Amino acid sequence: MSAEQNQGAGIMHDGVFYNAETLHQMHDSMLFIRRFEEKAGQMYGLKKIGGFCHLCNGQEAVCVGLHHASEPTDYMMTSYRDHGHILARGSDPTAVMAELLGRKGGIVKGKGGSMHMFDITKNFAGGNGIVGEQVPIGLGFGFSSWYRNDGRVTICIMGDGGINQGAVYESFNMAALWKLPIVFVVENNQYAMGTSLDRASAETQLFKRGISFKIPGMKIDGMDVLEFERKMRTAMAHARSGEGPILVEAMTYRYRGHSMSDPATYRSRAEVDEWRTGRDPIARIQGQMIEAGIATEEDFKQKDRDIKKEVAAVAKAAEEQPEPDAAELWTDVYSDPIEGAYPYPGKVS
Amino acid sequence: MKITYREALNQAMCEEMERDDRVFLMGEEVAEYNGAYKVSQGMLDKFGPKRVIDTPITELGFAGLGVGAAMTGLRPIIEFMTWNFAILALDQIVNAAAKMKYMSGGQYSVPMVFRGAGGSAARVGAQHSQSLENWLANVPGLKVVMPSNPADAKGLLKAAIRDNDTVVFIENEINYGDVGTVPDGEYIIPLGKADVKRVGNDVTIVAHSRMTGFALAAAEELAKQGIDAEVIDPRTIRPLDETTILRSVAKTNRVVTVEEGWRFAGIGAEISARIMEKGFDDLDAPVIRVTGKEVPMAYAANLEAMTLPSVADIVEAARVVCGRA
Ligand SMILES: Cc1ncc(C[n+]2csc(CCOP(=O)(O)OP(=O)(O)O)c2C)c(N)n1
Ligand SMILES: [Mg+2]
Repeated sequence: MSAEQNQGAGIMHDGVFYNAETLHQMHDSMLFIRRFEEKAGQMYGLKKIGGFCHLCNGQEAVCVGLHHASEPTDYMMTSYRDHGHILARGSDPTAVMAELLGRKGGIVKGKGGSMHMFDITKNFAGGNGIVGEQVPIGLGFGFSSWYRNDGRVTICIMGDGGINQGAVYESFNMAALWKLPIVFVVENNQYAMGTSLDRASAETQLFKRGISFKIPGMKIDGMDVLEFERKMRTAMAHARSGEGPILVEAMTYRYRGHSMSDPATYRSRAEVDEWRTGRDPIARIQGQMIEAGIATEEDFKQKDRDIKKEVAAVAKAAEEQPEPDAAELWTDVYSDPIEGAYPYPGKVS
Repeated sequence: MKITYREALNQAMCEEMERDDRVFLMGEEVAEYNGAYKVSQGMLDKFGPKRVIDTPITELGFAGLGVGAAMTGLRPIIEFMTWNFAILALDQIVNAAAKMKYMSGGQYSVPMVFRGAGGSAARVGAQHSQSLENWLANVPGLKVVMPSNPADAKGLLKAAIRDNDTVVFIENEINYGDVGTVPDGEYIIPLGKADVKRVGNDVTIVAHSRMTGFALAAAEELAKQGIDAEVIDPRTIRPLDETTILRSVAKTNRVVTVEEGWRFAGIGAEISARIMEKGFDDLDAPVIRVTGKEVPMAYAANLEAMTLPSVADIVEAARVVCGRA
């Protein structure tokens, strides 16, 4: 934040000033993601969404913090737990919801679904369903920025389970070797499906995983959006400076099961409550804003009502869309389809 | 006894683990979670954490672990949550497991099973819905098995675990809940033997995995239309039991192959070529292949339905091959 902005209402957080407008934006964005995910859960229950659907309730501060700490030109990619990130990035929520419903106006035309959200206009490159897959892809985006010297940083997000894939370490090595501008972010929500971190990782301090590649690591509270955003800025600055990659471990928690079909019996009610009621990122920023005199409890109640309405309208607009045109089956397989070659439309014989 | 496809697989593993302490099960979520698809339900309790082992998400690594352990004489069952994820482990399956015997001049064998869910699940999109059996069946040194019902699942998995080579065992995610009769007691089906699932005289339909059920449903419909279809499930894709298929073709003179996977170099292509090579004179019409459309799987319900073969597609193909369309 610049000195001019360092005026009026706001919050001074460890030397960084957040003005009221920024705070409202961050709060609203997190709350929108929360309500959007709840709606998605509901729609899944009604069988309007099918297949795998991974919600990010509880992890909103990471989504919003990453977005606020980065430039729109920076690249971002993540796993299948992607709704929150693409929404934070500013993609059209109706298109995201339409994608969940498999509709024509979906953000990838209904072809990808929950796990495969992409928005090239926001430099958001998925939405990747294979655990760890986006990490070498992120390496390639970072390489491109080095090659073109375009000043962009790649934010490459993975899970605490995903970080165990071998390709992650191949990527770490190359990223460090060539000093590529990448921030590797581990969303450490402490579970990979039903496997808790300590059952899958010999070193559970995941920010240390880059040490043997000389990649510095930072462990950040991912339940406090201001704390996360502020520290994430230093990570972004490091990557942008040409000093090479950095690894951020965002400590967070998913409130829901791994996907809609997971009853999450591998963890205790008490553990979930500890995070949900004790460390909730939305409640936290609301408390901070109330304390700073920027908003009142009533303001937040009103805001919540507004956002719920907005989400309901989004869902309605998405539901009113038709399914994709049948002809879409054959599009987007190749950029330059070769006449007469596969794929071809046709009957069984 | 009537049990589900998943219970049949579970019984096969439990029985073989009771019989042979060299057999162990390893994979993601197989132990404490009881399997992502509950195939290994109760196995941790029964056999303990030394023999039912949860791994990190590191397919290439634990596939290789299986290969190494098998080379020392253990009999690993390596579970891939789905075969889509086994793509990460293909080096160990194709370059190591399949070739080790040959490369070592017969010194090392790799007696193990790679198993997990294959084919299309419902609405899970391009990366989680695909058929890879033709890739794997292309590799000398591998045996590729795909059961279509609970009895076959049990009998074939037991045979696969006892087999002294590497067996790629591809289950079907949508079939896990299917109920069927499985013979009581020790039940083993030899690998490499096709099964005639329905006897008929007019047309031979060759289908495997989930498509076997589709073929049987198509045969019922065809019967109403006066076409008597024979349905053959190869069960083992490699080695392919061409004798059973050719015998049927000699009788019916007409063939439809069915598979979920893509057409190019698919299982139907292999079957057609073999019939052309060894049963050409028995054919009254060209073989028709019913396959998945050659596109990645879309999420949208309508596009997904268009991509997969349907019972109606099989009926239509059979009518065409019988000159009745
Ligand atoms: C290569 C691969 N193996 C297994 C899976 C199945 N799977 C999907 S998500 C997941 C857990 C990933 O956990 P984590 O990386 O911690 O991310 P989170 O779901 O917590 O966001 C697994 C095992 C997969 N999609 N890809
Ligand atoms: Mg996780």
